[in-house]
Amino acid sequence: MNEKDLRRVAAARDRIALGLTAATMFAYFGFILLVAWGKPLLGSLLTSGLSLGMLLGSLVIFLSWVFTGAYVYWANRHYDVHVDRIAGKSKHGGGT
Amino acid sequence: MNGVQTSLGETSGTAIAFFLVFISATLAITGWAARKTKTTSEFFAAGGNVSGLQNGFALAGDYMSAASFLGIAGLVATSGFDGLIYSVGWLVGWPVVTFLIAEPLRNLGKYTFADVVAYRLKKKPVRIASAIGGLTVISFYLIAQMVGAGNLIKMMFGLQYETALLIVGTVMLLYVLFGGMIATTWVQIVKAVLLLGGATLLAVLSLVPFGMNPLALFSKAAETYGPEVLAPGKLVSSPLEAVSLGLALMFGTAGLPHILMRFYTVPDAKAARASVFYATGFIGFFYLVTFILGFGASVHVGRTAITTVDKGGNMAALLLAEAVGGRPFLGFVSAVAFATILAVVAGLTLSGAAALAHDLWVGVIRHGQADEKEQLKVARVATIFLALVAMGLGLLFKGQNVAFMVGLAFAVAASSNFPVLLLSITWKKFTTRGAVSAIVAGVVSALVLIWMSPTIQVDLLKNPTAILSLKNPGIITVPLSFFVGIVVSLLFPEPEAEAKYAEVERRMHLGAADTEPVAAE
Repeated sequence: MNEKDLRRVAAARDRIALGLTAATMFAYFGFILLVAWGKPLLGSLLTSGLSLGMLLGSLVIFLSWVFTGAYVYWANRHYDVHVDRIAGKSKHGGGT
Repeated sequence: MNGVQTSLGETSGTAIAFFLVFISATLAITGWAARKTKTTSEFFAAGGNVSGLQNGFALAGDYMSAASFLGIAGLVATSGFDGLIYSVGWLVGWPVVTFLIAEPLRNLGKYTFADVVAYRLKKKPVRIASAIGGLTVISFYLIAQMVGAGNLIKMMFGLQYETALLIVGTVMLLYVLFGGMIATTWVQIVKAVLLLGGATLLAVLSLVPFGMNPLALFSKAAETYGPEVLAPGKLVSSPLEAVSLGLALMFGTAGLPHILMRFYTVPDAKAARASVFYATGFIGFFYLVTFILGFGASVHVGRTAITTVDKGGNMAALLLAEAVGGRPFLGFVSAVAFATILAVVAGLTLSGAAALAHDLWVGVIRHGQADEKEQLKVARVATIFLALVAMGLGLLFKGQNVAFMVGLAFAVAASSNFPVLLLSITWKKFTTRGAVSAIVAGVVSALVLIWMSPTIQVDLLKNPTAILSLKNPGIITVPLSFFVGIVVSLLFPEPEAEAKYAEVERRMHLGAADTEPVAAE
C-alpha cells in the first residue's frame, strides 16, 4: 500500500508541477513572441503612460510569483499531508 | 565632465563612510559566523539552520547582481521598454526552480547539485562531469562580476581597477574563508535588504514630483523622448533569437550552482519551497522597481547626461540618486552597489569551492572517504584558490566587453546542469553514460556555438562576418543535451541505476529521514 500511495502522491505532484511550468512557459514565451511580432500592438497606449506591452510584461512577472505561490499553497495543504502520512506509516513498519 | 554636473567618480566621504559601515558590519558577522563554523556541513550549508524567509532574502541577494540593478536601469533609461524584456526573462527562471528542482534537490543532496545526479549513478564520472559543468558556469559568471566590479568601482569611487579587484577579492575571501555559508548567507541577507530598501527609496524619491504615480512619470518620459519609449524597440528583432535567449534564461537559473547550493541551507523541503516563493516575490518586485528607476533617470537626469558619463548607461541609477537625493544619497547607493557585487562574488566562490572540495577532492580523489578535519581544510584551500582565480580572471579580462558572459553562463547552465539534474530526478532509465555525455554535449555545444556567433566573431574578434548568425545558442543546445542524455541512456542501459530509482523517488518526496528501506511492504 505504501509504495502505491507514494506513487499516487508523486504523480499528483508531477501533474501540478508540470502544469504550472507549462503555464509559466506559455505566459513568458507568449510575451516574448508578441514583443517580436506584435510591436505596434504592444506599443498601443491603454492610458497615458501605460502601453499594452508594459502591462503584459509586468503581468508575466506578477503571474510567475502567483504561480509559485499557488504551488506552495497546494503543496502545504495537500502534498505535505500525504507525504507526512506515508512517512508516518513507514516508520511504524508500513501498511496498516 | 562635458558639462554634466556630478560628483560621481570623485572620492566621496559619504560613500566611503557607508562603505566602511557595511564592511565593518559584515566582517563582524563573519567573526560571529566563524565561531559557529566548525564542521563541513556548517561551512557549506550553514548546518541546515537557515529559515525559509532568511533563505528567500539570501537567494534574492545571490541573484540580484549589480549588473541587473545598474544594467537594467541603464537600458530602460536609454531605450525605455526594452529593459523590461530582460527583467521578465531573469524572473521566469524562478517558478521553474520552485516547481521542478528546489524540493528534490533539498531531499537528495548535501552540498552540491552533483550530489543529486550522483545519487544512483556511478559517483566518480558523474561528479567529474557535474563539477566541470558547475565550474564552467561559475567561471563565466565570475569573470562578468569581477570585470564589472573593477569598472564600476573605478567609476563610483575613482579607485584604480586593480585596487578595486584586490578589495573585492580580499573582503570576499574573508567572508567565505572564515565564515563559510553562515557568513555568506548573512552577507546576502544584509545586501538584499539594503538593495531592496535603497532601490525602493530611490523610486519613491523619483516619483514624489509625480504625485507618486508611476504612470505620470512614464508619460513624462514619453513626452520628452517620444512615444516609442513605451513600445518594444530594437532589442528583440528575431523571434528565433528571442526564444533562444528565453530558453537559456528560463532554464539557466535552475542550473546555477550558487543558487542551487542555497537550498541545502534550510532544514527541509517545505522550507526550501517557501524560500523560493519569498525570493521570487523580492526579485520580481526589485525588477519592477528598477523599471521605474530607469524612467526616473531619463526624466530627472536626462539621456544625454547619462550617456556622457557612461556610454552603456550603467550609471543611470547612481546619477538618479544624486539628482533626487543629493551627494549623501549617491554615497549610500554607491555603497549598496558595491555590497551587491561583494555578495554575489562570495556566493559564487563558495559554490565553486564546494565543487572543487566536495565533488572533486572528497568524491573523486578520496573516493568519498575523508574525515571531517580534512574536508574542512580542503574546502578552505579551495576557497583561497578560487579567490585568487577570481582576481586573476578580473585582471586577464581587464578592458574587455564581458557583458555576454552572464548570458553564456546561463546558456551553459541551461544546457548542461539543468537537463542532467532534471533527468536524474524524473527519469528512471537515466544512466551514468547518459549524464556524462549530456553535460559534455551541453557545455561543448554552448561554447562552440557562442564562439562561432557574431558576439565573438564580429563584436570581439572584429571579423566582418560570423560563421553562424545565431547569437543565443539555447534553442539548439538545451534540446541537444536532453536528446544526447536520453539516447545514450537508452543505448547503454544501466540496470543498477534503474533499480535504485525507487529509493530516489522515495527520498525525493519523503526526505532524508525516511531513507531506510521499509521492512514490511
